[in-house]
Order: sequence, then structure tokens, then C-alpha cells
Amino acid sequence: MGRHTEENGRNWWLGALAIVVALIFWQFVAVFVINDEFILPSPTDTFSAFIGLLGDGTLLLDIEASLIHFAIGLGLALLVGIPIGIIMGWSRRIESLVDPLIEILRPIPPLAWIPFAIIWFGLTAFSAGFIIFVGAVFPIIINTYSGFRGVPRVFVEAAKMLGCTKDRDLIRYIAFPAALPSVAAGIRIATGVGWMCLVAAELFGVSNFGLGQKLWFFYNLHQMDSVVVYMIILGLIGLAFDMIFRYYVDRHFLKWRMGEVA
Amino acid sequence: MANLEIRDLTQSFPRDDGSILTVLDRVSFDVKEKEFVCILGASGCGKTTLLRMIAGLDTAESGTIVLDGEKITGTDPKVGFVFQEYSLFPWRTVIDNIAFGLELRGVSEEDRYMVAEWFIDLVNLEQFRDSYPFELSGGMRQRVAVARALTLDPSVLLMDEPFGALDAQTRNMLQKELLQIWEKTKKMIIFITHSVDEAVYLADRIIVMTPCPGRICQNFEVPLPRPRDRTSVEFAQIRRKVLDLINQNCVIQ
Repeated sequence: MGRHTEENGRNWWLGALAIVVALIFWQFVAVFVINDEFILPSPTDTFSAFIGLLGDGTLLLDIEASLIHFAIGLGLALLVGIPIGIIMGWSRRIESLVDPLIEILRPIPPLAWIPFAIIWFGLTAFSAGFIIFVGAVFPIIINTYSGFRGVPRVFVEAAKMLGCTKDRDLIRYIAFPAALPSVAAGIRIATGVGWMCLVAAELFGVSNFGLGQKLWFFYNLHQMDSVVVYMIILGLIGLAFDMIFRYYVDRHFLKWRMGEVA
Repeated sequence: MANLEIRDLTQSFPRDDGSILTVLDRVSFDVKEKEFVCILGASGCGKTTLLRMIAGLDTAESGTIVLDGEKITGTDPKVGFVFQEYSLFPWRTVIDNIAFGLELRGVSEEDRYMVAEWFIDLVNLEQFRDSYPFELSGGMRQRVAVARALTLDPSVLLMDEPFGALDAQTRNMLQKELLQIWEKTKKMIIFITHSVDEAVYLADRIIVMTPCPGRICQNFEVPLPRPRDRTSVEFAQIRRKVLDLINQNCVIQ
């Protein structure tokens, strides 16, 4: 672990340097080569737009709206996806029953559900939430399911020899902890997919607030510096979700796997 | 009085070509309380199948297994099992692995840790109480597995080539430790191995099996007192005797 932290320290240094160089390059190209803030706003334009949007509260309101959409979608996906993944992984019969249905629904792009999302839920947070749900639920189901399928038989048998014989106990004490790395990986993928769906869902007008919706709104106003602000915010929040997984979930809930993955 | 009676145990599996492979053919034997029995045989002779049936993990086609007067029909905490492969739950620390059976029975954390700590001492892993399995060597993992199998105070401890994956030195050390544990706990132990040396070192009695179909070919008492010295003349003589027996009587027919 010690060596790991050191490496990260070195990388951090180089990474920061690369960002600074990229910003300088961007500024140079925007000011001296393109010189048209509609086609390419410069970092300084973007920064002042950012200060303005932060000052009048629009940005925070949009972040809040998007996070609510996202929480609804991901929350429902977890609530539905994990139990379905568990029972599919645990029972061959339920797998045969549910699997064809999932395989038919899964390839439908989440955005294709937008018309029905609007018809069913109107222009509410649930409408955007539904699109995120559709995008996030399948990675969760598939990864939970394959995690449960991959539980080594010796763990189940060892547990049975120690008096753990009921299905419920075996799932809770053995299969779920053993499948947790896979479940977590599924949630991580779902977070990424869900976040992309969020932008598109809002962009297509299922909401009057939100980062994606506002990005489109500023495009229509031709305020491209504000568009860039929203792009960067979307990226940073997506990055933050990934950081949560990398530095919190993996280290606190999956530290027993260090020997296998580090 | 712990007592295990195995009568006419038979098991066969259908093969892909439609024929039937008999894995075990009318296997019968008894094991007395506190007895250390090694089942010796080449791989594929059905010894693991036999052990899994005693454990209740597999069901025999015919025949009976009676432990302490009760027929074995499924897994039972009266039977402890140490697997050949590493079977510790990797998401649990050493103490939580050992205390798992007690936790499931609803024993309070304080009480189950007390018991588990006694077993940690028994296998000499005090410093690794809160380690995760990935931090332990192969030998340590199997010692934890032994401790875990003993916490529910089983009548019989079944061991399926538990030291098979270990290097020779660790193996010898664990054999010695296992005998110490056996002296302290006085459990009935059925230990599967394909090593004559291991069987002669550990067992009160060696049951030799022949493969295809798996049959018991010899019951051999080891008269040596413990601790046994691997390098002694007597040890070598018994080893040779067992090997001769196998060569004369237990050839594949």
C-alpha cells in the first residue's frame, strides 16, 4: 500500500501539470487562433461565466435538480436491480423465467424510453429519473447476477457444514458478501451510464431544470461560455461519483480483496 | 460415546457414453471415539466422495452412515469439515471466520469471541486474530480452517487432504500441530491422504482404498507410539509394510 500512495503522489503532480498545460494551450488557441467565443470560448470567458452562474444561484439549483433526478433513478435501479439479480443468481428456474425478458428489454437504448417517460410521468423529476433508472438497472442486475453465480461452491459448503443451511442465511452471510465486489462493479458502471442518461434525458426536455437541460438552454441563447461551464460541471460530478467508488467503497467495504486486486 | 458406522455405501455416476461408473462399491467400516483414521488411496478412488457423504454434502445411492446412533441425511454441525482448497471466507477476519458457526446460532459477540480466541490460541495464531485470510500463508489458512471446524464441538472432524497444497516443511509442521490438537480435543478424525508417509505419521489406523470401483482393500493398525519419528527404523518398516500391502493386494483390477 505504501508504494501505491507514493505512486499516486507522483501521478498527481504530473496530472496537475498536464491540466495547467492544457488550459494554457486552450487559452492560446481560443484567443490567438480562433478568436470567436461562439466557436471556442476561452478558459477565462468560461471562468467568468462560472462566477456569474454561481453568483445568481442558477448553477446550484441545476446541480440540485440533476442530483435529485439521478438519486431517483439510481435509487430505484438499486431497489429493483439488486433483488432481481440476487434471485436470478440463486435460482436457475427464476433465471430461465426472467432472463429472456431482460435480454429483450436490455438492448433498447434508455433514451428510446423518453416519449413514454413523458407520457407516463409528465415533466416531473420522475420522468428524468425513469430514464436514468432504465440505463442503470441492467448493469446492476447483470453484475449482481453474475456475482451470485460466481460464488465459489466451497464457501457455500463450508457454511453448510457450520450450520448455515437456510437459503436466506446462505444469501445473507455467504453469497452476498462473496458477490459484493461484482455488485459494486455493477453499481459503478450503472452510475456512469445513469449520469450519461441524465444529461440526455434532461436535454430532451423532460425537465425544466437540471444540468443537461440548462446546457441546451444556453446553447439556444448562443452563450457558449455557459455551455462549457455546464459541460465541466457534468464531468466533475461524474468524476466525483467514480472517486467515491475508488476511494471509499473499495477501501472500506472491499478491503478484504486487497490481496487479489492491488 | 462418539461412534461412526458406515455400511455398504455405494455410489455411481452415469458417464457420457451411457455406461455407469461405480465410484464406491459397498464400503463398510467403523470408527471409534477418539480414533485417528487415515483413508489412503490414489486420486480417483472415491475417497473424497466417501468423505462428502459422511459430511452429508452428497447422498449415497445406497448404504447408511450412522453417527452417534443417528443416521446422517444432510449436513450436520456434529460433523466438522476441513476442505482441501482454501475455504476461509475472505471477507471475514480470522476471528470472525472461526466464530461464524456460533454467530449463526445467535451466540453474543462477547461469548463467541471468547470461544474463538481459545481456538485461535489452540492453533497458535494469536497475532493474526484480526487479519484477513489474504494476509495469511497457506499453512495458516488451513490452521484457521481447523479451528473453525472445531468451534461447534463436532463428534467427528473430517479432513480432505487438508495439507495437500502445502510445501513439505509446512506440511510436517501442520501434521505435528494437528496431533497436538487431537491430543487436546480428543476428536474422532477421518483424514484423507494419498501420502503413505502422512498416513503412517498421523493415524491410529490406515484404511487403504482401491480405485474403480472404490473399495476398501486393507485395514491397517499403526502400532507406533507418539510422537513418531519419521526417520526411525520402525517408521520406515511400517511404511514399507503399507506399501507392500498396497502393491500386493490393492492393485487396480
